[in-house]
Amino acid sequence: MSIKKFANLVLEDGSAFEGYSFGATQSVSGEIVFNTAMTGYPESLTDPSYSGQILVITYPLIGNYGVPPTDKEDGLLNFFESDKIHIKGLVISDYSFKYSHWNAVKSLADWLKESDIPGIYGVDTRNITQIIRERGAMLGKLIIEGSEAPKEFHNQNKDNLVAAVSTKEILTYGQGKHKVVLVDCGCKNNIIRCLLKRDTTVIRVPWDYDFTQIDYDGVMLSNGPGDPQMCKATVTNIKKAMEIGKPIFGICLGNQLLSIATGASTYKLKYGHRSHNQPVLEVGTNSALITSQNHGFAVDNDTLNDEWEPYFINLNDGTNEGIRHKSKPFFSVQFHPEATGGPTDTEFLFDKFIEQIKNAKNK
Amino acid sequence: MQKINKVILLGSGALKIGEAGEFDYSGSQALKALKEEGIYTVLINPNIATVQTSENIADRVYFLPVTPEYVEDVIAKERPEGILLAFGGQTALNCGVKLYQSGVLEKYNVKVLGTPVQAIIDTEDREKFVQKLDQINVKTIKSEAVTNVEDAKQVAKELGYPVIVRAAYTLGGLGSGFADNEDELDALAKKAFSYSPQLLVEKSLKGWKEIEYEVVRDKYDNCITVCNMENFDPLGIHTGESIVVAPSQTLTNSEYHKLRELAIKIIRHIGIVGECNVQYALDPNSEDYRVIEVNARLSRSSALASKATGYPLAFIAAKLGLGFGLHELKNSITKYTTACFEPALDYIVCKIPRWDLSKFKGVSHELGSSMKSVGEVMAIGRNFEEAIQKGLRMIGQGMHGFVANKELAVDNIEEALRTPTDKRIFFIAQALKKGYSIDKIHELTKIDKWFLDKLENIILLEQTLEKYDDIDDVPDELLWEAKRRGFSDFQLARTVLKSEDRNIENKMFRIRTHRKARGIVPVVKQIDTLAAEYPAMTNYLYVTYNGATNDIDFPQDNKSIIVLGSGAYRIGSSVEFDWCGVNAIHTIRENGMRAIMINYNPETVSTDYDVCDRLYFDELTLERVLDITDLESPKGVIVSTGGQIPNNLAMRLHNQRVPILGTSAENIDRAEDRHKFSSMLDSLGIDQPRWQELTSMEDIYNFVDHVGFPVLIRPSYVLSGAAMNVVSNKEELKHFLELATNVSKQYPVVVSEFVENAKEIEMDAVAKDGEVLLYAISEHVEFAGVHSGDATIVFPAQKLYNETIRRIKKISRQIAEALNISGPFNMQLLAKDNEIKVIECNLRASRSFPFVSKVLKVNFIDLATRVMLGLPAEKPNKSAFDLDYVGVKAPQFSFSRLQKADPVLGVEMASTGEVGCIGEDYYEAILKAMLSVGYKIPARSVLLSTGDTRSKIEMLKPAQLLMQKGFTIYATKGTAKFLEDHGIKATVLGWPDQREQQPNTLDYIKEDKIDLVVNIPKNLSKDELNNDYTIRRSAIDFNIPLITNARLANAFITAFCRLEKKDIQIKSWNEY
Repeated sequence: MSIKKFANLVLEDGSAFEGYSFGATQSVSGEIVFNTAMTGYPESLTDPSYSGQILVITYPLIGNYGVPPTDKEDGLLNFFESDKIHIKGLVISDYSFKYSHWNAVKSLADWLKESDIPGIYGVDTRNITQIIRERGAMLGKLIIEGSEAPKEFHNQNKDNLVAAVSTKEILTYGQGKHKVVLVDCGCKNNIIRCLLKRDTTVIRVPWDYDFTQIDYDGVMLSNGPGDPQMCKATVTNIKKAMEIGKPIFGICLGNQLLSIATGASTYKLKYGHRSHNQPVLEVGTNSALITSQNHGFAVDNDTLNDEWEPYFINLNDGTNEGIRHKSKPFFSVQFHPEATGGPTDTEFLFDKFIEQIKNAKNK
Repeated sequence: MQKINKVILLGSGALKIGEAGEFDYSGSQALKALKEEGIYTVLINPNIATVQTSENIADRVYFLPVTPEYVEDVIAKERPEGILLAFGGQTALNCGVKLYQSGVLEKYNVKVLGTPVQAIIDTEDREKFVQKLDQINVKTIKSEAVTNVEDAKQVAKELGYPVIVRAAYTLGGLGSGFADNEDELDALAKKAFSYSPQLLVEKSLKGWKEIEYEVVRDKYDNCITVCNMENFDPLGIHTGESIVVAPSQTLTNSEYHKLRELAIKIIRHIGIVGECNVQYALDPNSEDYRVIEVNARLSRSSALASKATGYPLAFIAAKLGLGFGLHELKNSITKYTTACFEPALDYIVCKIPRWDLSKFKGVSHELGSSMKSVGEVMAIGRNFEEAIQKGLRMIGQGMHGFVANKELAVDNIEEALRTPTDKRIFFIAQALKKGYSIDKIHELTKIDKWFLDKLENIILLEQTLEKYDDIDDVPDELLWEAKRRGFSDFQLARTVLKSEDRNIENKMFRIRTHRKARGIVPVVKQIDTLAAEYPAMTNYLYVTYNGATNDIDFPQDNKSIIVLGSGAYRIGSSVEFDWCGVNAIHTIRENGMRAIMINYNPETVSTDYDVCDRLYFDELTLERVLDITDLESPKGVIVSTGGQIPNNLAMRLHNQRVPILGTSAENIDRAEDRHKFSSMLDSLGIDQPRWQELTSMEDIYNFVDHVGFPVLIRPSYVLSGAAMNVVSNKEELKHFLELATNVSKQYPVVVSEFVENAKEIEMDAVAKDGEVLLYAISEHVEFAGVHSGDATIVFPAQKLYNETIRRIKKISRQIAEALNISGPFNMQLLAKDNEIKVIECNLRASRSFPFVSKVLKVNFIDLATRVMLGLPAEKPNKSAFDLDYVGVKAPQFSFSRLQKADPVLGVEMASTGEVGCIGEDYYEAILKAMLSVGYKIPARSVLLSTGDTRSKIEMLKPAQLLMQKGFTIYATKGTAKFLEDHGIKATVLGWPDQREQQPNTLDYIKEDKIDLVVNIPKNLSKDELNNDYTIRRSAIDFNIPLITNARLANAFITAFCRLEKKDIQIKSWNEY
């Protein structure tokens, strides 16, 4: 057995967990969030929505299949959701020092070290999850033995995380028939892949860019980290896009931003949804779907104006999972139809979006 | 939703290899779901020992064969509107398909609830199945259906060897196997065609990963996958024979969801409403896959998935069958979130099969594509090492985990790694210790390196621990690490303290005391389906060292009663003890106390968290039970309803000041310890077969000279005759004693006089403070010498003298008083020439408790539990003399699954299950029971080969009856002559080893010219057994009913000759 380096996870409320370090040797601070997914750590770690957060994975055995290579297609990494790890630190129970998979090129520990991201294993992740669940979102410090501990608890929600993770320049992908503007608030690669599969040209723009200047067929509002109230510029642009009237499709943060643009309000959930097993019901039907989710804020159904209606609701707690305009081609969902990681049941929403674009073109 | 008021549910019948207790669990769940909707339920299941056939579960219970004939009779009588086919395994499914195809369901306007029959047929018929999946571009294993051996060879040639052969419409892979060349294929195909008219030949994908998904769909087309599972063993070993983990461990998100998406695509296309299981082969070097099969019903895997996740698949599937949508149902664990979700686990479960192969003569230990295991365990941990070590202890094969076991002898370790057997994992341990690299072991076993790396962690940890000699020197951090990786105190006593076996218990306590003083104790975690994302009030628990806090509080209000379960199903301990445990729990709860169950068998009802107040899905080792009693401080522990495992813990728990309810631990020991028990019988003046404790060979020979052969040899603390045998001569005696001493050194071996041609009698009873309150006397159809678990048992006894009964009652009273019994007990006695001898006494519930309880309609366990709880317990005012009917319990054998095993009965138990049927008289009951375990009334002909003179005489009358009824009688030479001498005409068939004698038995068996084989060995000597082996084995291999006992053959033949089909009453339990 190799020589172990101790690590400590300290929460804002004083709870502390001692374990061992397996990533980079620097200490960090950030909001502690958990995810109950049982697969998909390479996807989660590179999901920009986790920007600034210390991620607790409740599934205890992590690192089993290592880390995949950095092959690219259409300018996108094949096996990751962005170009880098976005989490600030990783908290797990049992680390697999040896991995086994045909598509792995390195271990999770090596990847974390290369990326300067600390990791801790050997702690009771179930107990940490219970604490966060009961006492609400909480800040924490991940302190690695031999490095300087952060003096304060850092609240990344006060930063403009979207600005930090959004693209700085306009990027174009594919050469498809339909021109889709992708407003990048922290976009996952698979949103782009899902669009490219459907004969599109994707024009990825910064979060605050006035995309209404561009000639486009549809607008895709991406997922992203943090509090939706930070994205005032995006909301302004969405309002303009609604005037234009071409199809709009929002995902996760995109759902919240579209809602805010319609005048609805958002609130913080008691228990955030962070898993691959969230059931949603399409309102007015018997169609129930399993979705991948990662959000702490939700749209208040009661604040939707008369032109809008809830599209999906969460079957567990009845919260909003999407909105749609009663007559215009605008809709958004709180969950992740692009999955990765997680179930692919709702990928059909991309088809619906393309269908709307086609209809709008034919008018 | 069309209103359904009355529904028939088909059970799976007796437990057999490939179809075991999981269907008691799924059936019970389904019945509960129907009851909740106010539906009147009718259950057909002859398995009397199950929980589902108990009171208050179904409204009507029929102890009848699950065959189209009898099910139609029940339908005609009950006129239900709906039928459920998916909850009784392959037996129920096959029966349902036949009823559909013959138009019976349509005739009586019975609607199949849930998955339509056409969808079932589409999954069962391989050719249709492949076509169906081709339609949606889902890859299946390239296979072709053939109907004769020549075509099979042709197809195999095209595909290239190795090929796998599967028989359609069979359970657990019966008749299936691998063939590496044409000769092997020839033999395999011939046999498989006797089970099924259609065979599938396909290319073998040995070495691919095997992955399963449990998928659920409702009528609105909503789908979820409740669980996925990964086999530790690669493809090539039946999933029932594999170590399996849930969830999958080596799959990326992309692989996991690719297979999940396919599973949903498949279930939609086939049109399942309810639950199904999809099995995949996954290439270990790419994302290439094949669908192996789809089971359109609840299965062993679905029971495992339910227990692994806490998601009650059978319950939900039944509701979906009634027309509910998934989103309209609630999650049974959280009570307020929806049932339409996919459980998130925050632990790993590990299933390990339990084999009993050493109980059979001649059976190969090699594992393959057909099932041999008789039970399974599920271990829960928060890392793989913890789960696998727990699991290896749970299977109860004398192993203490992955390491610190007695080394198994092996000639060629590489061969032992290459060939999958029931012991292979322990050879992996040996190889790792010997320095074999992970790569090498992977090359030999094809087991994924991830698993092998984890196993190596355990070895490395053991090597670190071995460097210490005193527990005080072991750093806390290392001790924590060992406990977190599943090391038991026993393993630590061996590894650190280098303890010898004889004082290991003390050393174990040395470890325990040390670590408790250092605060190294486990915590209790909940299984909540959502990985703590939402709060859950679940009582479904496990114990782990990988945690900082307990999820629950311990009230310590002196109201908790712990019931110890029976562990893995095995030969000799099966669903009957689950029934006992569940009934003890009912009585505890009814009386306002808290019932806590500890058990680890995923196939049971007792491990349904709905049944008790708290379920610890964990080990039944002394260490773990003490961990739990330390936390719970129970008012008492019940050890007498779970068979031998808890019984063996009684004294050891008592020594640790754990309160044992009922009969005192000292008295349990007085009955268990042969020596003490014998002196007690002597002092009471109760007779017993002469016996002696074995210390030297010389003493034995002297003793045998005195009592004469045959003699019975066995070690003390016996479970179902393990290592017990009858020997007929000196050579066998010597051989067997060598084996027996290997089995158990701790307890002495005894040799007893074996009384031939004696009646064997069972006494099941409940006593309070030494006074018998309730009893049931049953008799065996067979003479003593057939293990009581393999015997056909009649209750109330029909052929005992009143004097015999009176004396048995007196003996029971004396023993109950002497041992001051409070609770259940069972005795086995011999009666010959009006002399009665006691052969065994167990101060616990026995295998026959559910049978006698249900026939007498007085619940023995309820009364026993009341006694143990100190509640008022009166003598029920009902006796066996009041019964106007007879119950017969018959054993179910699974010899057809155990290639090459000799299907002969002896003192070693061999049956895997049983049924119990009720009739107006002895013959009706016996006929129903025999038909329920798969015997068929012969249409034309019977082969008689009837052993020694006594058996020949016994068979004379039945042979006359056969002749009168116009049956053709075939017989081997000696038997034919004997029959001829007594005026019965029989056609002589030559012995199998003398093929020149024509016509020959073997040809007639193969050519399906015989409908029933009666083959009775003269004695159990090796030569005699070899002689007839081919006849018996061929009968099994060609699926012809076989009887090897003259008294049973007499009873069965007399029954079917005397009774017509119309004489058999279609009466439900409550109509008797």
